[in-house]
Amino acid sequence: MGEPLLEVRNVTKDYTIGGGLGLTERKIIRAVDKVSFTISGEKPTISALVGQSGSGKSTIARMILGLLEPTSGGILYQGKDTRLWLKKEKKAYRRNVQVIFQDPYGIYNPFYRVDRVLFKAVKKFGLASSNDEAHNIVIESMRAMGLRPEDLLGRYPHQISGGERQRLMLVRILLIKPKLVIADEPVSMIDVSLRSIFLNNLQGLKNRIKMSCVYITHDLNIAHYVSDDIMVLCHGRMVETGETKSVVRDPLHPYTQNLVNAIPIPDPKKRWKDTVEIKGATFEELRAEQGCIYSHRCPHVMPMCKSEIPPLAEIKPGRKAACFLYSEVIEATKPK
Amino acid sequence: MEPILRVEDLRVYYKSIFGDVRSVDGVSFSVNPNEVFGIAGESGCGKSTLVEGILRVIVPPAYIRSGRIVFKNTDLISLGEEELRKMRWKELSYIPQGSMNSLNPVLRIEEQMMDAMISHTEISKQEAKEAALSGLKEVGLPVEVARMYPHELSGGMKQRVIIATSVLLKPSLIVADEPVTALDVVVQKGILQSIASLRDRHGITVIFVAHDLAAHAEIVDSLVIMYAGRIAEIGSIFDVFGDPLHPYSKLLVAAVPSMEKDVVEGIPGLAPSPLDWPPGCRFHPRCPYATPICSKEEPAFKAVRQGRYAACHLLE
Repeated sequence: MGEPLLEVRNVTKDYTIGGGLGLTERKIIRAVDKVSFTISGEKPTISALVGQSGSGKSTIARMILGLLEPTSGGILYQGKDTRLWLKKEKKAYRRNVQVIFQDPYGIYNPFYRVDRVLFKAVKKFGLASSNDEAHNIVIESMRAMGLRPEDLLGRYPHQISGGERQRLMLVRILLIKPKLVIADEPVSMIDVSLRSIFLNNLQGLKNRIKMSCVYITHDLNIAHYVSDDIMVLCHGRMVETGETKSVVRDPLHPYTQNLVNAIPIPDPKKRWKDTVEIKGATFEELRAEQGCIYSHRCPHVMPMCKSEIPPLAEIKPGRKAACFLYSEVIEATKPK
Repeated sequence: MEPILRVEDLRVYYKSIFGDVRSVDGVSFSVNPNEVFGIAGESGCGKSTLVEGILRVIVPPAYIRSGRIVFKNTDLISLGEEELRKMRWKELSYIPQGSMNSLNPVLRIEEQMMDAMISHTEISKQEAKEAALSGLKEVGLPVEVARMYPHELSGGMKQRVIIATSVLLKPSLIVADEPVTALDVVVQKGILQSIASLRDRHGITVIFVAHDLAAHAEIVDSLVIMYAGRIAEIGSIFDVFGDPLHPYSKLLVAAVPSMEKDVVEGIPGLAPSPLDWPPGCRFHPRCPYATPICSKEEPAFKAVRQGRYAACHLLE
């Protein structure tokens, strides 16, 4: 086993807000708090990064892409810090780590034809030696993604649907063949009827070009459908990781349990039986420096949860959670 | 049972330089009192235009081309602006799409809630304030919220404020347009349950518009599936999910990812443009079961069996 494909090591990101013109108080918001995970890349996997809005999912994505710098900690791609990659071998990094953003409208320039994003990629990374060849590989890749080139080539962004715009991004990935794709809520803005086509395409692509993917979403139904592994973030901290099916079937952390419980099941015969209790929490509580991030809402809260931060530890084989409810299990497995 | 709202052959068009955009093009249904009535469909199918038409909150270039909207024996289309204004909030309430952004940023929550009451009823300031506070409690918000400004609240809390405001004057019908879109799962669950409790606790009839079928499955009693400005199918939620009649409903129900399905297929093709609906059945270019007649004749929308309506040639 060599270097992992991606290693996020103890990454923290602080944002400063206020302080403008000295009129307001300067505040530091910790968006991501000592998050670590690895994507081994041994076999292609889709790892879902799940959390509510404001949990730091997109901040992590932006740091991996080098669009933001971590306040502390480091992100290693194939064993080398991303900052180094971006300084020395930016082109190689950009080729191997690709992104699909949330907004299928924002990434296209409305004055250019949609196929420009494909031909630009072909040119930039020298994927074809002639115009004819470029044309051929673009057409071939579109067909492979189940798109009809005759319907899409030469069209302008407003002429095609959001689903097709996002699937063209997959065509681009098929052309570039990156090792890692960061997908930030790629289907949240497209229609339900077209979502599953995108998700099926993405899974097909994973095996076809042997890429790994960090799939960011707030929708557990989608995470469950598309991903192999799942990582659950709560207010900037990682609270649970594990194989997707196993986490959803038997969530360990009370936060994950709450999330899984709230998923609407598309079957009127299986409606919710319990009601959610809404407890308001102040911003300060949410960003508690001390203790577990979920302690103010947790139904199983214990005194120690308010004073100490639970570490992310292995509770069962392949399953990690950051919760003191499992302290005994952790104690028992500790090497003496 | 006498329906509380009856919509007959409603057409809501938008004027444009290319001709009329036929967003809602001949829609008929009735809503029974005390039910949560769901409207589902892809974006651009006319869901929002339909409810805006029903409440007559449409603005030009949209206009009501034809049809009847009968609410408790009153034809809403024939009413004048002033008469309509009197009905709003007291009889009909509207929770528009993205309504959490419709709060006034420079007024405290209680002021906005009181405003709605004072302008529509003879009520003292003190009474209005008390009603606002109890309204907030009912949707699970702490009373401190009353003194806060909108920017101090989260999206879910703002959405609750809007729901609380919409029930203040105890209307008989509330129309909620995509009230849970863009909210987190846990918050979404809370809001959906608040909406369901409007009916359970106050006997309010709710029209619930959402593109997310999973949300419909949780709270809705009857469901309309719209496609391309028309109704594809109407039935009880159990019927539409358990045994969809229209091919579009079938595909749509099957396209929802869920914990219980390993593979879901989407619906290939594009939703058509309201400027130029396909001839015949509007779904035929995407329909896997289409026959020659589907591209020529528009299928009639009619009762297929007791309580179930659909528009499809295959059901003839």
